[in-house]
Amino acid sequence: MAMKQSLRKRVGVTVLAWVVAFLIFFPILWTFLTSFKSELDAIAMPPKFLFFHWTLENYAEVQERSNYLHFAFNSVVLSIGANVVGLIIAVPAAWSMAFAPGKRTKDLLMWMLSTKMMPAVGVLVPIYLLFRDLHLLDTLTGIGLVLMLLNLPILIWMLYTYFKEIPVDILEAARMDGASLLNEILYVLTPMSVPGIASTMLLAIILSWNEAFWTLNLATSDAAPLTAFIASYSAPEGFFWAKLSAASTLAIAPILILGWFSQKQLVRGLTFGAVK
Amino acid sequence: MATQQTTTAGRYLVAPSVILLFVWMIVPLAMTLYFSTMRYLLLNPERTGFVGLANYTAFLSDPNFIAALFNTLILVGSVLVISVCGGILVALLMDQPVFGLNLLRLMVIAPFFVMPTVSALVWKNLLMNPDSGLFAWIARSLGFSPIVWFTHYPMLSIIVVVSWEWLPFASLILLTALQSLDEEQKEAAQLDGAGPISYFGYIVLPHIARAITVVVLIETIFLLSVFAEIYVTTSGGPGVATTNIPFLVYKQALLDFDVGSASAGGIVAVVLANIVAIFLMRMVGRNLEG
Repeated sequence: MAMKQSLRKRVGVTVLAWVVAFLIFFPILWTFLTSFKSELDAIAMPPKFLFFHWTLENYAEVQERSNYLHFAFNSVVLSIGANVVGLIIAVPAAWSMAFAPGKRTKDLLMWMLSTKMMPAVGVLVPIYLLFRDLHLLDTLTGIGLVLMLLNLPILIWMLYTYFKEIPVDILEAARMDGASLLNEILYVLTPMSVPGIASTMLLAIILSWNEAFWTLNLATSDAAPLTAFIASYSAPEGFFWAKLSAASTLAIAPILILGWFSQKQLVRGLTFGAVK
Repeated sequence: MATQQTTTAGRYLVAPSVILLFVWMIVPLAMTLYFSTMRYLLLNPERTGFVGLANYTAFLSDPNFIAALFNTLILVGSVLVISVCGGILVALLMDQPVFGLNLLRLMVIAPFFVMPTVSALVWKNLLMNPDSGLFAWIARSLGFSPIVWFTHYPMLSIIVVVSWEWLPFASLILLTALQSLDEEQKEAAQLDGAGPISYFGYIVLPHIARAITVVVLIETIFLLSVFAEIYVTTSGGPGVATTNIPFLVYKQALLDFDVGSASAGGIVAVVLANIVAIFLMRMVGRNLEG
């Protein structure tokens, strides 16, 4: 009897949870479906949910009209490039703070985090002017530099919390056995920290991919990533719902898939280790 | 355990990060401060000079600033209330013994990975369009006339879009916090005959209070900087109805080319964000001790 009741309760809760999750997810699903419609079907009233003539023409047109691949290429180069460089700078820093902390390590970590709190508009003007004078506006180098600096504190923080979890005993054992600093890093620390580094990287790529303040303000065409590509659809031109949907699907699909893989690390990364 | 040798090596390893972040933060900030005391118009660069606090008095007494400040507070406050309350409900629901939790989680977190320009345009055109949007169809089917979202309720529309972006974040973090609740504590509460409300009030809420604080602080920092959603939908309008402080500063700097005034605005934004940041830093710092 009690069993039956709890099963019934479980089914009821499940149905409710699925309805809520479906509603939250719906705008993405709707965008995906609309991207396969003709423009007429896209604005049909009543809306056509599944039974319409499926077509790929929007995808072809989006590529042709606004050169999706150019922007996608920039997004990939920027989000991977910026964070690879970021990692090269952040790993040694996080490593030394985790394993050879000094008196000021904690203050230093807090200060690094505080740079993340500065609102972008506070430095928009000087960065814009510096970029203009150094001819960095609308270049991959310039935008990549900004994206790298934006993520650097998060990279260091996440890596630091991962490195902290590596047991110190193992390091001491390696040192007892006469391992040099370099060997210690190469053969002991690296294998143990690969999962942490990988999930840090994943989160950092997602953040860079979706960064929309600096990319909109500093890039116009040559170095513009997908955020700017989508922004070019903000001025409606006739029937463009299906094309907008196709462009949106193309812009979010890669990162959605990456994001789903990294969702467990997300909590930790975005709360700077405050919630695990 | 740290030897002299490793400590010295450590300094060199940390140095690049420190120098980069220092240059990235302090130098532009100092420049912003400097510009904010100057008359500096990009279109008329010859007419410069020290003007003291004139930019600040001009910026702060500008009716557009008051409107932007008000809009910023409304936007941040509303999205916080919606996403945190909604997030608690979603997290409580997902914490129940449901079938297919992993798939559910994927669906709930998905909006967080959508870039802001996409979410804003999809909501504006596919859902909220008064002629062919899905909401218009639902309204008509129920016998109401469709709401002209972005024209009649511009701020509410932005709030809806931004809340959709942040609800998943709050839900995911609060769910993580809920899942760390002790099974034994749950059972003890049940044995003691705690009703659902007192169970929530005395056991659940205290347990997730810290996570809620973290969500509120982190969201506040990001919400104070909402920009792309406004940029691609309303451009701050109609009038200044959806102009928040970041958008106002952007407008003055890159559309009106008034560097001095925009810099003063930037400094005001930094001060606002810092008030929140101090609290967040304390929370995170406390965690470092453990």
